[in-house]
Amino acid sequence: MLLIRCPYCEMERPEVEFKYGGEAHLIRPNPNAASDEEWTDFLYFRANDRGIHAERWRHAVGCGRFFNCLRDTVSDRIVVTYKTGEKRPEAG
Amino acid sequence: MKFSFASLARQALSGHQGWPEQWRSPDPKPSYDAVIVGAGGHGLATAYYMAKEHGLRNVAVVEKGWLGGGNTGRNTTIVRSNYLWEASEAIYGHAHKFWPTLSQELNYNAMFSPRGVMLLAHSHHDEYAFKRHIHANRLAGIPNEWLTPEQAKEFCPILNIDPGIRYPVVGAALQRTGGTARHDVVAWGYARAASALGVDILQNCEVKAMRRDASGAVSGLETTRGAIATKKIGVVAAGNTSVVMAMAGVRLPLESFPLQALVSEPLKPVMPCVVMSNTIHAYMSQSDKGELVIGAGTDAYVSYSQTGGLHIVSSTLDAICEMFPIASRLRMMRNWGGIVDTTPDRSPIIGKTPVPGLYVNCGWGTGGFKATPGSGHLFAHQVATGEPHPIAAPFSLDRFRSGALINEATAAAVAH
Repeated sequence: MLLIRCPYCEMERPEVEFKYGGEAHLIRPNPNAASDEEWTDFLYFRANDRGIHAERWRHAVGCGRFFNCLRDTVSDRIVVTYKTGEKRPEAG
Repeated sequence: MKFSFASLARQALSGHQGWPEQWRSPDPKPSYDAVIVGAGGHGLATAYYMAKEHGLRNVAVVEKGWLGGGNTGRNTTIVRSNYLWEASEAIYGHAHKFWPTLSQELNYNAMFSPRGVMLLAHSHHDEYAFKRHIHANRLAGIPNEWLTPEQAKEFCPILNIDPGIRYPVVGAALQRTGGTARHDVVAWGYARAASALGVDILQNCEVKAMRRDASGAVSGLETTRGAIATKKIGVVAAGNTSVVMAMAGVRLPLESFPLQALVSEPLKPVMPCVVMSNTIHAYMSQSDKGELVIGAGTDAYVSYSQTGGLHIVSSTLDAICEMFPIASRLRMMRNWGGIVDTTPDRSPIIGKTPVPGLYVNCGWGTGGFKATPGSGHLFAHQVATGEPHPIAAPFSLDRFRSGALINEATAAAVAH
């Protein structure tokens, strides 16, 4: 089980308090201008790399807020968590 | 060497010292007509059917570890075909047809045991969904039937059908032709049969890069055992498919998650069938060694760790103990996590990629074992001829652009 630091509560809490929210920093295409390929990419294609992965988590039974997280997908080590809207930090 | 009563008798007389190795371990040749990446069940079956049905014998299967050492050797061995949509019924039904005669086909005992797979319904929603499944399956010629809780208990006497439990059993869907098979043997049997037809199985041979020619088509592979030239590459790398395909610049709609399973200490026979519950995410059967083989869910997040959170296993065991009170004092011997490649619609991807000469067979997610023979058979057709087999055609990568998804995520049984 992961130990995740909520950047709003500023506390490390067990994974069962959180809900995973998928890849972070996805930007919804403009519905008036996007091509089929852009929609396909947005709807179905996700980062699936070995290494650092940017993802969203929600502190479901805590503050209830979404935040972002960088985690190594090979070791599951969490590098850093940061608030929604903040720029993705340089991977450590 | 063919296994037979005569060969067994001959070897018995010489103290079983003369059995030959079951497959060759050759050094890589500089070039092959086709290379399959990944020596799991699906990859080895692909190579076997390419050699047997398409006459392609100058073929290699490259594997970064040892053959059958990934999810093929780490699954709950369940075989069934009761999926909802026509395309799924066709592909899983195609795969199911191979199982009853697989041992004879490979001359290797796959121990297929069609002992029945029973899916438990715990609510009215489950009941309606399952009955819809049953009707759809029967229209497609796949046997599936509805059981009352009493009939379910008769079929599996250790089942708890007390209406007072948290998730009471309100009925079950039973596919009598489903069951289990010996997972390792499927890999070994295909490896042995493919090797006998001339296929080179190259273990400890990790792909490091893919070469492309001036037109963009594949021209070879760089591996830890040297460069291999080839015009056709079929990638069957399960959880690591995204990593391998990225070497050719191809992205896929896949996410890799750890899926866990565990086995108990061995018991005398207590369980005559496979029981699955999607609602409470647990399934169980008994191996021929007597261990109860228990399947849990996936972790929520993308990971290549080949391990999983203990809370996933723990919630599965809560469900198992409620469904089967007999299991409450059992010790679990070991658990493990395999990395499964899941697609957004929970159906596999078999077919072409944007790179000429590069084909992919992936996205079997949490339930690929049952499809091993059919998957290999269909993908062999794709790699050998360059065109999809009609049964595999709906499972193209293009469906995510066209929108013709085959949504088994909510339609079918979640667990596999």
